[in-house]
Amino acid sequence: MEHIRSHVLICSGTGCVSSGSKKVHAALQEKLAQKGLDKEVKLVETGCHGFCEMGPLVIVYPEGVFYVRVQEEDVTDIVENHLYKGRIVERLLYKEPISLEKVPNYSDIPFYKKQMRMVLANCGHIDPEAIEEYIALDGYQALGQVLSEMKPEEVIEEVKKAGLRGRGGGGFPTGLKWGFTRSAPGDKKYVVCNADEGDPGAFMDRSVLEGDPHRVIEGMAVCGYAIGADEGYIYVRAEYPLAIKRLKIAIKQAMEIGLLGENILGSGFNFKVKIKEGAGAFVCGEETALLASIEGKRGMPRPRPPFPAVSGLWGKPTNINNVETFANVPQIITKGSEWYAAIGTEGSKGTKVFALTGRINHTGLAEVPMGITMREIIYEIGGGIPNGKKFKAVQIGGPSGGCLPEQLLDLPVDYDSLIKVGAMMGSGGLVVMDETTCMVDLAKFFLTFTQSESCGKCTPCREGTKRMLEILTRITEGQGRVGDIELLETMARNIKATALCGLGQTAPNPVLSTLKYFRHEYEAHINDKKCPAGACAKLAGYNITDLCKGCSLCKKACPVDAITGVVKSQHEIDQTKCIKCGTCLTKCPFKAIIKG
Amino acid sequence: MKTIEDLKRLREKVEAQTKLRYETGTRIIVGMGTCGIAAGARDVMSAILAEIARRKLEDVTVSQTGCIGMCEKEVLVDVVRQGEPRITYGKVTPLNVATIIAEHVVNGRIVEEMIVGKMD
Amino acid sequence: MEMVNMIIDGGKFKVPKNFTILEATRIAGVKVPTLCNHPELRPEGNCRVCVVEVKGARSLVASCVYPVSEGMVVNTNSPAIREARRMVVELLLANHPQDCLSCQRNLHCELQTIAAEVGVRQVRFDGEKKNYPLDNSNPSLVRDQNKCIVCGRCIRACSERQGVHVYSFANRGFNTTVVPAFNQGLDKVSCTYCGQCASVCPTGAIVIKDDTAPVWQALANPAKHVVVQTAPAVRVALGEALGMPPGSVVTGKMVAALKRLGFSKVFDTNFSADLTIMEEGAEFLDRLKNGGTLPMITSCSPGWVNFAELFYPDLLDHLSTAKSPQQMFGALVKTYYAEQAKLDPANVISVSIMPCTAKKAEAIRTEMCASGYRDVDYVLTTTELAKMIQEAGIDFHFLAEENYDDPMGIATGAGVIFGASGGVMEAALRTVSELITGEELECIDFKDVRGLKGVKEATLDIGGTEVRVAVVHTLLNARKIMDKIRAGEANYHFIEIMACPGGCIGGGGQPISMTNDFRQKRIDGIYECDTKSTIRKSHLNPAIKELYTSWLGEPLGEKSHKLLHTHYHQQYRD
Repeated sequence: MEHIRSHVLICSGTGCVSSGSKKVHAALQEKLAQKGLDKEVKLVETGCHGFCEMGPLVIVYPEGVFYVRVQEEDVTDIVENHLYKGRIVERLLYKEPISLEKVPNYSDIPFYKKQMRMVLANCGHIDPEAIEEYIALDGYQALGQVLSEMKPEEVIEEVKKAGLRGRGGGGFPTGLKWGFTRSAPGDKKYVVCNADEGDPGAFMDRSVLEGDPHRVIEGMAVCGYAIGADEGYIYVRAEYPLAIKRLKIAIKQAMEIGLLGENILGSGFNFKVKIKEGAGAFVCGEETALLASIEGKRGMPRPRPPFPAVSGLWGKPTNINNVETFANVPQIITKGSEWYAAIGTEGSKGTKVFALTGRINHTGLAEVPMGITMREIIYEIGGGIPNGKKFKAVQIGGPSGGCLPEQLLDLPVDYDSLIKVGAMMGSGGLVVMDETTCMVDLAKFFLTFTQSESCGKCTPCREGTKRMLEILTRITEGQGRVGDIELLETMARNIKATALCGLGQTAPNPVLSTLKYFRHEYEAHINDKKCPAGACAKLAGYNITDLCKGCSLCKKACPVDAITGVVKSQHEIDQTKCIKCGTCLTKCPFKAIIKG
Repeated sequence: MKTIEDLKRLREKVEAQTKLRYETGTRIIVGMGTCGIAAGARDVMSAILAEIARRKLEDVTVSQTGCIGMCEKEVLVDVVRQGEPRITYGKVTPLNVATIIAEHVVNGRIVEEMIVGKMD
Repeated sequence: MEMVNMIIDGGKFKVPKNFTILEATRIAGVKVPTLCNHPELRPEGNCRVCVVEVKGARSLVASCVYPVSEGMVVNTNSPAIREARRMVVELLLANHPQDCLSCQRNLHCELQTIAAEVGVRQVRFDGEKKNYPLDNSNPSLVRDQNKCIVCGRCIRACSERQGVHVYSFANRGFNTTVVPAFNQGLDKVSCTYCGQCASVCPTGAIVIKDDTAPVWQALANPAKHVVVQTAPAVRVALGEALGMPPGSVVTGKMVAALKRLGFSKVFDTNFSADLTIMEEGAEFLDRLKNGGTLPMITSCSPGWVNFAELFYPDLLDHLSTAKSPQQMFGALVKTYYAEQAKLDPANVISVSIMPCTAKKAEAIRTEMCASGYRDVDYVLTTTELAKMIQEAGIDFHFLAEENYDDPMGIATGAGVIFGASGGVMEAALRTVSELITGEELECIDFKDVRGLKGVKEATLDIGGTEVRVAVVHTLLNARKIMDKIRAGEANYHFIEIMACPGGCIGGGGQPISMTNDFRQKRIDGIYECDTKSTIRKSHLNPAIKELYTSWLGEPLGEKSHKLLHTHYHQQYRD
């Protein structure tokens, strides 16, 4: 055996793969061999680090040096200087966006400093395709512990005491749910893991599955033991091929060494896990639709009760939790409910993983303790708003959630506080908007999503979201009518009250919350036919100011000949002809054309 | 695997695989500046790695450093045991690597005759 | 039965534990409006019209699917509930053609009724409406998806009741539709044309194909001799379609109305039902004696025949080769009757009034021209006849009863019971028993095979021979028994299969009735006709006897073979 003196971790999460990490990996392999370092330096492909904005990411241990945006051509430098000579390649280090200081060490980067990585602890640090690496970091200890030391009821009690709530959006107490399924009559029970992550911009679950699949499988096995199930399904969307591949490997490895299968660790407990690939319907994240889909039916929700805990998959008692929920379980068992319950707030325990997207410097994944403020997430972890723009709002909870304006930035992020202000935790998508985002347009965006993803089963969702979308569309196009706001409110109220499933019941939320905090933007669109953010193309007017030198560039560029004027005198735009394409604005060398 | 003990044993066995990324025991640092490389640092590095492997040492990390200004004393090798001062050895060759590892790294006895510096 | 206590609109009620809130509200005397709910289909909670408030629930709940529980407090009527129901219906109307006045379901449309009941006075949405082409490709049914409110009742009827599974939901969001596989026409999928989908559709999205126009035309043509036959089940449902109570027997009024409409002769399909018994009975005895394929299965129901040809082509030998009464009648009209009446069959138009949509497809089967002409030219359903009567301004209620014409209007009680499930079997047994034993039956009521039970069985001792029979109705039950036959587990001799629930009285061409006992009332009407008949056995029908002696010869004879028997073949739809 050779002594490995250095580990080079290359992120092979989906984000980094798409920015080129596979090529970097191949180049590293080649270069190390060429330099004769391949026996002493180990390359490890890991899951997502969450800092996707900066990918592909490479970390070199034992120093813990963190290289960002590494490309194929940087590999020679890393191998020859760092791995051969021990000289850090400064130009590849992460630069702090404000101080512009280079930060060589992983743990010193502000993006990570404020985080509390529990669920994501192993993501990016272990090889997800090697069960040994998971086991080396206490993996499957929780399963071993419950099987050898705890009664099923004690496991449920522990999860209850920990205060763990469902991370998929609803926030239902996990221990309670497990208890319902355990006490439901029936010999055959199922554990189902909901990995049908579908909120626009959300990729927390994908990262966990790609980076640390065994953690989820272990959580499911613990749950299976607790509720008396011997079979589990992971319902994962087919759009996550890497997650599926790693899960398959993980299940195979766990079966091979006896951590899944018959008579696990001599305890008499049997548990196997199957994968069901979803076909890409958002609504299949709703638990009853998900179950229908596993059964081979069209993914449509059914009314509850009966709840899946009583009558779920193939009519059997079934416990369904989200990926992140299961991923929380092993540490609750190994470290204890008291340790877990000490993190977070009164009603929301532990951490939550958020996907940061939109107008924010550090897009990526951030795991933070519950109760942290939105300001900390956006400014300290997320690095603030790019291009010197002003923060406007953040959408939390995806298409079911709501937006939070500036004045709510200091709100603690937990289940109950968010509900109070008309948003929701959701699965953890955070979309940051700056001053150039139109809030009516934002509501329209989410309604477009829910409408096209509506399963069509119930009237309010199928027809109601369509009509709301039509009204929003006409408002953004300058055709809004007096009374439209009130009509939207009436519809939202009734759709929430009458829709069959969570998708429909929450579909109006983006409209309600933008109306709550940005009603004036709706009014400006309807009454003044103006989009204050300047985002709605049909409402944007272009005007030439007196900065115009009469160079005629705009006149030449205009595709519809809407600009008139003689050389060396101020030009003018004929608003009736203008198609608001914005070409003139980009052509003007004197910044004389303004939009608004 | 049949029992919980099997799982514990497996864990102990595989622990070293990821240890490098989390904690450090004894650190061995090889001077890999241009001067060091010219004096044969690469061969010294290889010898160190081979010796660690031969002895199946688990709690040791090996890294490099650049020129520290004592070019004539190259190859320089530092050994830092946890909680102990940093000892720098000079004119190290592949031949005396085994001594340094046996005496200092494993048994904690500093090889006095090779020391060129000591840092607390 | 275990009961729970609950409060509905402030009143205390004890209701069975397995009830839904909707069922409980009925006990409380509240009529919660419903649309996707159908009393005979599994509730799904799709339309959301039936929402009510349950104390402690986060949102309104659909009462049709929400189970009651001990101590539950329900409110069925509040401003919020009324607003919600109105919104749901308004949303449906916003995506509906609203051409009510010219719609086939005008005045019989549940959407129309509910819009009135919940008080929709305006539709505030003027956006996109669905726009799909009409599916008009088959002889029986017309599908207009633009009128579809996606309630899913047809899906449930076709799968739960018939086990055929033609329809399913497709697409998402606003584009969600209910369609056959790959949005093909019904003629391209395994549709049996039974019409049960049309009978559960709350709107005009699935309707019976209207064939009245060519019949009106023929009636107005003095050169044509237009003859009509009326199926047994029509006489107990036509009254209902014209505003009389379900089960009203209107044979005489119907005959009178048909004469007023201008039909030259009004005959009774019961006549050819008797004839069917002669042929089918003889065939059964032949199979029994000479080791033919058993069990023999009836072939009167064209929905069932389509089903067999689509799904059980390997078992078609089991079907009786005897044509259905409609087709036997058609073959005789343009041969026997034309000869007797000295008419050129080319000038005879043969119309039938049927409770059945699949009959329209049966009449145009290529082999159904034994007479040398199209045996049955036009098939109208009960509801189409009702429409003609209304259109002609005939006041059905005041119409005096008249009698069928001779000779093909003479029929027995055995013929009329063809209209109810078990009737063909009973009629056959009355004749077969006497033919085997040569003795008169003491009791001719075979009550074991009557009624609405899905699968009925009986074992009879006929002159020392044990005969095991089964009677099933609905295609779901047909599937069950056919699977048994295929597996070699059915030891019956004779099976009657009808595609529709309750037999022809519950056919897809009958007036739509939502009450649970409407089928029983029609069945009661059918047996009332039977008991009032002077002759109740087919082989004693004098007109039939005369037909065989003077013209046809023997059952299963050469002429019979040519005119009254047929064959079956696997259907390929693509």
